[in-house]
Amino acid sequence: MPWDRNQMAARAAQELEDGMYVNLGIGIPTLVANYVGDKDITLQSENGMLGMGPFPYEGEEDPDLINAGKQTITELNRTSYFDSAMSFGMIRGGKVAAAVLGAMEVSEKGDLANWMIPGKLVKGMGGAMDLVAGVGRVIVVMDHTSKHGESKVLKECTLPLTGKAVVDLIITNLGILKVGHMGLHIIECAEGVTPEDIRAATKATIV
Amino acid sequence: MNKIFPDATSALEGLLHDGMLIAAGGFGLCGIPELLLAAIRDAGTKDLTFASNNAGVDNFGIGILLQTRQVKKMISSYVGENAEFMRQYLSGELELEFNRQGPLAERMRAGASGIPGFYTKTGVGTVIAEGKEVKSWGGQDYILEEGIFADLSIVKAWKADDTGNLIFRKTARNFNPPAAMCGKICIAEVEEIVPRGSLDPDMIHLPGVYVHRIVKGSHEKRIEQRTVRRKESA
Repeated sequence: MPWDRNQMAARAAQELEDGMYVNLGIGIPTLVANYVGDKDITLQSENGMLGMGPFPYEGEEDPDLINAGKQTITELNRTSYFDSAMSFGMIRGGKVAAAVLGAMEVSEKGDLANWMIPGKLVKGMGGAMDLVAGVGRVIVVMDHTSKHGESKVLKECTLPLTGKAVVDLIITNLGILKVGHMGLHIIECAEGVTPEDIRAATKATIV
Repeated sequence: MNKIFPDATSALEGLLHDGMLIAAGGFGLCGIPELLLAAIRDAGTKDLTFASNNAGVDNFGIGILLQTRQVKKMISSYVGENAEFMRQYLSGELELEFNRQGPLAERMRAGASGIPGFYTKTGVGTVIAEGKEVKSWGGQDYILEEGIFADLSIVKAWKADDTGNLIFRKTARNFNPPAAMCGKICIAEVEEIVPRGSLDPDMIHLPGVYVHRIVKGSHEKRIEQRTVRRKESA
């Protein structure tokens, strides 16, 4: 059985180490927060916050307290706030240890495309290009194939890039691929998925 | 010297002209200068360029100035929440300069700080780097970005004292300090104005040297995505 969204998020959480400052993207990456367990992880929200807490209880929403997805959230006893210039300073400066992000396509060289589909509605890159260029480790969490069954792990990305050679690890519903010098390495398979299944579903070099 | 104005319209007096560049604070609808935006709409100033991370929603934030066709160009990182924006952009009525969010904030901070240009690795190897000067340090490429020098800054803060020292609240700080700093003139709209001496000098987020006019008002502070969790039953 391939992993579901929560299993992918739980597996991504295992990659995070105690004491890390981490930025989680929108979608499945957001779920990673539910699986960090006892590890001391501080979540960064690029609109200007370290120490992001869970959603507020109903009636306790604060319009001045949102995450980068514009959702109402809460603060923790470790929380700090700062402006956008400092927020991206810490991202660009490599102070944020890891980012877990969604993707439309990833190449075997670690190129990432997740902000634009030409000819379709373009909403903007927001902070995605900064994150992939700046943080210590970029972990992509996504479905292995598109709705049409096409591999999202490719030799070369077809979509405009968010960053070049920036992805370190790809976690999909089928398993985990590490970006290496000569191509991708299969690190782990989901239960019931074989390395051959992953190879068959992947249009990229797996060594 | 009095920095306090009775309302947003009087705070803007003598500062607006067609074709000007305005830097606005806020992230989504959080910490946006909603009173000043409404007053700019009422003033009817045209062909505006806004340096602002987002463009509001259809009927709030910068969105209200899109409805009245007062905006010529947006310098933004993400504009996904605004249908009228998309309509005007796709029909060619509105110019859009996509900036990565980090460089947008840094362009404001740099422009404000006497730094006309700086290099960043954000966006290297992407379409955003096309046509931009690239320089290499230690084997890593960096792209040249230019500081933003705005004609006017409009920001939202939580509290001000009468000298213009500002305190922001939680994530409503966001782009407000860098946006405030990069304008020739900055107007801050706040929820409360307190007498000098009542704010702890160690707790000031933005010193009054950057703030020329202050206006107090009541804010709608609309929530864009209301997300909650249930209380676990005992």
